[in-house]
Amino acid sequence: MVSGNSASSSSLSMKSDEDIVNNNNNLRVLVVDDSPMIRKLHDMYLKKFGLKVQVAENGKQAVDLFHFGASFDLILMDKEMPIMDGEEATKELRTMGVTSMIVGVTSLDSPNEKQAFMEAGLDYFFTKPLTTDNISFILQELNKKNNKN
Amino acid sequence: MERNPLRRQLQIMRKSLFDQGYLDEQFVQLEELQDDSNPNFVEEVVTLYYRDSARLILNLEQALERKPYNFNKLDAYMHQFKGSSSSIGAKKVKAESTLFREYCKSGNGEGCMRCFQQLKKEYATLRKKLEAYFQLARQAGPMETACRPK
Repeated sequence: MVSGNSASSSSLSMKSDEDIVNNNNNLRVLVVDDSPMIRKLHDMYLKKFGLKVQVAENGKQAVDLFHFGASFDLILMDKEMPIMDGEEATKELRTMGVTSMIVGVTSLDSPNEKQAFMEAGLDYFFTKPLTTDNISFILQELNKKNNKN
Repeated sequence: MERNPLRRQLQIMRKSLFDQGYLDEQFVQLEELQDDSNPNFVEEVVTLYYRDSARLILNLEQALERKPYNFNKLDAYMHQFKGSSSSIGAKKVKAESTLFREYCKSGNGEGCMRCFQQLKKEYATLRKKLEAYFQLARQAGPMETACRPK
């Protein structure tokens, strides 16, 4: 059972679970995390919301996907990863002109590190692991953004 | 009330994991993600947790062998372990991780060592209980719905 209850003013919260899943069927998400456990967890959370999910193990894989022409509506980006970390990958993606929503998902607790990560080009930042409320909020914002475009 | 005796035993075992403080609400979130198309999801995630934990515990052990202690490194490893433990709802392990990090911040090497030994015990106990729980769950057969603890 999933519910969009993070913003009472949203029309999403008035819809049934089936409507929420149907609404999200065309949205593509990239989960970027070096932890197989987190990738599996977030993959499952997102699929419950009807999203199409692809995973990458580090920032370089994420950037390479975009170089090869892939596109995603939403990127969930971990910070601490080998080869290329989330901050560097986010900067790189924004430099490439990627306008997907990028949400930092990390266990960072230093305010300076969080700020640096945000300034790399994130739209939002959440602590790991994501909850269904976090995902509801993100999708709500994503739908608002898509409706504006 | 569950009629199947194995199911009943499983419910009792599950309840005690929460009542004794081994697991918290995050574990329930995992259970709610499990469904017919992913009937072993929780056990799969927990198995990945064991793998993550083994690596992090080894890193911590090696770091604690080197003197003087590099408290930043110790803290970073334990931060990862805490995050990982939070993801499956490992409440006592998470509490020990938090305490370890406090010892790191205050540069208390003895405290770190003591706390680490306790953390390993809590982790081993949790792992043993979860392994028994999932073994019983397999014997009992698939569950229809996730049950919230009272």
